[in-house]
Amino acid sequence: MTEEKIVAMPNVMTPNSPVVFNPDICNGCNHCVEVCQIDVYIPHPEKGKPPIILHPEECWYCGCCVNDCPRPGAIKFNWPIQSRGYWKNKATGEIHQI
Amino acid sequence: MTAWQDYFKEQGHAPDWPYPVRYDKEQEIDTDVLVIGGGIAGCWAAINAARQGVRVVLVEKGDTVRSGAGGPGCDHWCNAPAYPNSNVDPDEWAVHMASRPYSNGIGIQIQCREDFDTLLEMEQMGGKIRDTGDEYLGAEGRDDETKFMNSPRYTRVHSYGLGDTQASTFNKDGTLNNVVIRVWGTTFKPALKRECKRLGVEIYDRVMATSLLTENGLQGSRVIGATGFNNRTGEFMIFKSKATIISTAGAGSIWLLNTELCGYSNMMSRTITGDGTVMAWRAGAALTMMERNGTIRIATGHKHKWYSGAGDASYENVPIVDANGKRVPYPIQGWEDAGAMVPSPEVEQAIREGIRKGEYALPFYGDFPAMPDVERRATWKLMLGEESTTKIIMDTFNEAGYDESRDLLQSYKYIEPETPPQWREGGGGPVVDWNLMTTLDGLYAAGMQMFSPEDHSYAAATGRYAGRKAAAYTREVGESKISREQVELEKARVYAPVKRSSGVDWKEVHAGIARAMQYYVSEYKDENLFNMGLDALKKIEEESVPLLYALDPHKLMRSIEDTSLLTYAQIIIHASLARKASSMPLNFQRIDYPEIDPPEWRKFLTVKLENGKVKTGELPLDYWGNMKQHYEARNKDYTGVYQGK
Repeated sequence: MTEEKIVAMPNVMTPNSPVVFNPDICNGCNHCVEVCQIDVYIPHPEKGKPPIILHPEECWYCGCCVNDCPRPGAIKFNWPIQSRGYWKNKATGEIHQI
Repeated sequence: MTAWQDYFKEQGHAPDWPYPVRYDKEQEIDTDVLVIGGGIAGCWAAINAARQGVRVVLVEKGDTVRSGAGGPGCDHWCNAPAYPNSNVDPDEWAVHMASRPYSNGIGIQIQCREDFDTLLEMEQMGGKIRDTGDEYLGAEGRDDETKFMNSPRYTRVHSYGLGDTQASTFNKDGTLNNVVIRVWGTTFKPALKRECKRLGVEIYDRVMATSLLTENGLQGSRVIGATGFNNRTGEFMIFKSKATIISTAGAGSIWLLNTELCGYSNMMSRTITGDGTVMAWRAGAALTMMERNGTIRIATGHKHKWYSGAGDASYENVPIVDANGKRVPYPIQGWEDAGAMVPSPEVEQAIREGIRKGEYALPFYGDFPAMPDVERRATWKLMLGEESTTKIIMDTFNEAGYDESRDLLQSYKYIEPETPPQWREGGGGPVVDWNLMTTLDGLYAAGMQMFSPEDHSYAAATGRYAGRKAAAYTREVGESKISREQVELEKARVYAPVKRSSGVDWKEVHAGIARAMQYYVSEYKDENLFNMGLDALKKIEEESVPLLYALDPHKLMRSIEDTSLLTYAQIIIHASLARKASSMPLNFQRIDYPEIDPPEWRKFLTVKLENGKVKTGELPLDYWGNMKQHYEARNKDYTGVYQGK
């Protein structure tokens, strides 16, 4: 194994990431930064890039950033694992989860 | 990826704060009506004040476009007895609604008289309130002429109050009440912001108001403005006004903070920290109902998600079946029963026993496939799809492959942990008169700031009313002068956390407050515990608050929110000490005064600060008098739905 430099980082907040950006669709318009009542995001220092998720643990999962995004698909909601809902196919009985 | 840690790894440093930092700057803004809190009530207040031709300033902690509990959406306009399709008389319905102990008869009367007009104005502004696209043709409750969609909610019976064995009814002959209307609430908030801008309301987004300014800087005198700061830049704001409306939220997480999932410790967002009530208290306004509390039933990051009906199926309209497909006798408040949202105590008991005996197999499911297509769509797409934070839940399910016509939606009731009795929520708000003025001259309250607030449409109707009354008041009062000393004291308080670069973080202080409340103001209440609670909070105030530090304006906001939460918690204890009796409707059980609702204690208790000392008082439970007469006497000039341009 080649030696790799590792920096000392604190633990990541839970939830790790309430949303996932698709950088191919997101054009960094920062509309989500504006509609978020919490300021979960800050604009990326580099213009055109998806915002930085600065306060993931303050998210209240209202969904406005995704609902109001002018470029559908640019942001995907990412529920914390413990909040992912289940359903069952009524005919087959097969269980699924988000 | 754009998580902070990914940026850090890529760049080798943290990103710079993206906004200019202006702790040393201040702005002074002069207006006629100042509205604090730009949620549903605040927007309606600002719009209606502006329509009276006065200057209006709106101050909002987030961005008005989607802020507040009702920002993401709303599925039901809950109390519109003046709706032509309703089968109740608005004044009689108001009396019926206000007969619930400790409700707010003034707010309810306003709502019952003006709620439908408010809804029609929502439509004028671009909000969608009827099935104009004929998506739900054939749905029960749809009026084909007007395209309004009646909801089954409350249409025969209400929910059970604490201690009720019978749900209350109104039309004894079984006629449907038809007081609730299904709406497309995700369209509302952006429309409200647009209308504010169109009318020239000056909006200050990302500004947290921190205190009220009073004449000569004295507690108890006329309110003449407020202070605040921008939570992105840190700039200090001084607002000078003739009338001020507080339309901020209640206090969300006084008893509970999940320090990591702190954004959804309960059903409210983190920004809901009781700032408005605390400002009014510090200025000397009398508050009431502060001792009311209850266990958090839904929500929290500790459970699945708020609203048990979304991402979960134990909510309205959906038949509930067990793991083998057997129908569970759970009321659904759909058209088939128009029943209560939660089962009666007897039915609840029968379900639990049935589970233990193997009669009902867990988990339970919402049987969406069993519903007629149009009713299923009305529930999934319209009701759940348009309600506050549930739209994103529906969309996520569908994207993940859930098909409501094919699949059963799981319910978490009975398989997730019961809420501990120490996880509570509660509180009240300022005492108001028939103008929605508080006990302080020039200060009005609306929406969640009203004690015993109701739903989204109540926030809209009371906000609209407060805007009208506050605008009229500005024509009667003269100019005032802001006390520089009062401003300087507040500036010193607000900026203290940014003067430190280490100490105690806001989350730890919040969690400390919540734990004190869990220990001392919870399931078991008595004088000794209350006094221990006051001591515990005092210790936080004296030892931890002076250590709060904030590295940027956002953390400064969270730190100042802590001080709101701390004061709010103290007020709750003062009010609790004053009520020397137990009460079922207030969910207030004292070990040292066990008698429940003795007649001499059936009254509102009030608390306020006078010269810095807590003073208690009382008001009769119907202190508002004859609701119809008082409303009519003060609203002879009311012109109904807005006709202007």
